[in-house]
Amino acid sequence: MTAATARRSRSPLPAATGIGALVAFFATMEVLVQSGMVNRFIVPPPSEIFGSFGRVIVEEHVFGRFLQTLTECLTAGVMLTVFGVAGGVLMHRFKLLQQACETWVAALASAPIVLMYPLFLVIYGRSAWTIIMMGFFAALPPVILKTIEGISGTRKVLINVGRSFNLTPSQQFWKILFPSALPTIFVGIRLGLIFALINIVGVEFLINYGGLGQLINDLAERYDLAGTYAAICFVILVSVLFFMALEKVERWLRPVD
Amino acid sequence: MAAPSSTNNAILTADHINVRFETAEGPVIAVDDVSFDVKQGEFFSVIGPSGCGKSTLFNVIGGLLSHHQGTIKVGGETISEPHKSIGMVFQEESTFPWRTVTDNVAFPLELIGMEKAQRIERAKHFIGMVGLNGFENRYPGELSGGMRQRVSLARTLASEPKILLMDEPFAALDEQTRLLLGDKVLQIQQQLKQTTLLITHNITEAVQMSDRILVMTYRPGKVKRIVDIDLPRPRTSEIVGSDAFGHYVAQIWSDLREEASRGMRDQEKHVMDEGASS
Ligand SMILES: Nc1ncnc2c1ncn2[C@@H]1O[C@H](COP(=O)(O)OP(=O)(O)O)[C@@H](O)[C@H]1O
Ligand SMILES: [Mg+2]
Repeated sequence: MTAATARRSRSPLPAATGIGALVAFFATMEVLVQSGMVNRFIVPPPSEIFGSFGRVIVEEHVFGRFLQTLTECLTAGVMLTVFGVAGGVLMHRFKLLQQACETWVAALASAPIVLMYPLFLVIYGRSAWTIIMMGFFAALPPVILKTIEGISGTRKVLINVGRSFNLTPSQQFWKILFPSALPTIFVGIRLGLIFALINIVGVEFLINYGGLGQLINDLAERYDLAGTYAAICFVILVSVLFFMALEKVERWLRPVD
Repeated sequence: MAAPSSTNNAILTADHINVRFETAEGPVIAVDDVSFDVKQGEFFSVIGPSGCGKSTLFNVIGGLLSHHQGTIKVGGETISEPHKSIGMVFQEESTFPWRTVTDNVAFPLELIGMEKAQRIERAKHFIGMVGLNGFENRYPGELSGGMRQRVSLARTLASEPKILLMDEPFAALDEQTRLLLGDKVLQIQQQLKQTTLLITHNITEAVQMSDRILVMTYRPGKVKRIVDIDLPRPRTSEIVGSDAFGHYVAQIWSDLREEASRGMRDQEKHVMDEGASS
């Protein structure tokens, strides 16, 4: 199939179905809550959540907090990409390092790093850096592991093409291994960003500091359930923005697979 | 048997090449004492049943394999790593999926530091040569298998190798595409007076294109015979219908059939053994 036909065959149907399903879900919840089948002290009716948006935006300075969480995610994301990819490359390059560390990195991926927040508080104080560093460490393993996977997965014949053209080791890396690994590395970064966002909002909530996580903590303690859910919507917005930006970067780096 | 006729105009010489692999089932002799030479401007083919050691030989000549015995010389110079005079086209799909057709073909030009405008111009020339005009800005993922193989060929040609070395470049294509691409290669070879070493298992392809054909035996991979193909040039795929052509095909097939059936029996036995042991 050519690019032109691929473009033409993109119909609005999937997007419409997605939005439709979401609307249907909210409508169903509304009915369930209003009819008393779901306790409204656990789940507020969606209409009330949407109604509280104005209040959350004006009274709780949600945009400032939104920006704060966004900045923390962005910082962690940049660090993640730089150190995660570099770590993966080094581990691929030095097999001993890979054999020594790969299992540990994989173990770290499933460790509940968020529980180590007291340690980070001691090191970085009650500041944005505690939050950023926790997001960073929690999200590092998938980036490292996917970088290794991507580089090792480079097809043998492409490496041989490079050798047949007498590429230097650095050309071999930048012109063949790295571009070939890029799609897999992006999978790692995407996973990493999910981990980072979860941890960042979680730590904000736990140490009651800064952005959207703290707001959720506040609202929950005030038992403002509708406001809590409205704030959660803003967390989702952060992740949506990140994924859209990431997709743009990926398309720019590698237009077609 | 086939001692290298050490003529002065040999551009490539393979001298007593031996390659063995240590495998779980013991050593396999993939190439056994293979010697030949290729002359300047010649189209030379190596033919043999699959598994006889053709790709191994390809890798040795290309400098990608170094644990062989014997020597490969290019213009009198013994090689131990990929030599800039040899351009390789691989059997597997080998285009870079992240580069457009132009950027794929311009790859070797980029390596020598040619400036952008000039290398796009050069790449365009080779893209035209393999008949892919109009596809310059497409990505390999948008092309058919035959077109991708032509991109690989153009990329190798762009490095202007003294010797074009190809390992079953059309093996994965259907018969019609293969014949037409064969025409293209012949046309290019005549146009550039390109010295070419083609590795193939296809008799028609070998006879259609070659000046000489080396027939390999199966396990160990030895030289069975080197056949001179005395057909007029320029050739196209139309030659396939001629009597002389049929005669050469029959001759090479009689050499090969013995080897091919030995190869088949060997592989069947292998499957049986595995079945018995499991
Ligand atoms: N890296 C390797 N390790 C072990 N055995 C190999 C290796 N490469 C090739 N062989 C063996 O050498 C023989 C020749 O292989 P190859 O050169 O690929 O044959 P062809 O290209 O003619 O089909 C085969 O029996 C194959 O199993
Ligand atoms: Mg082969």
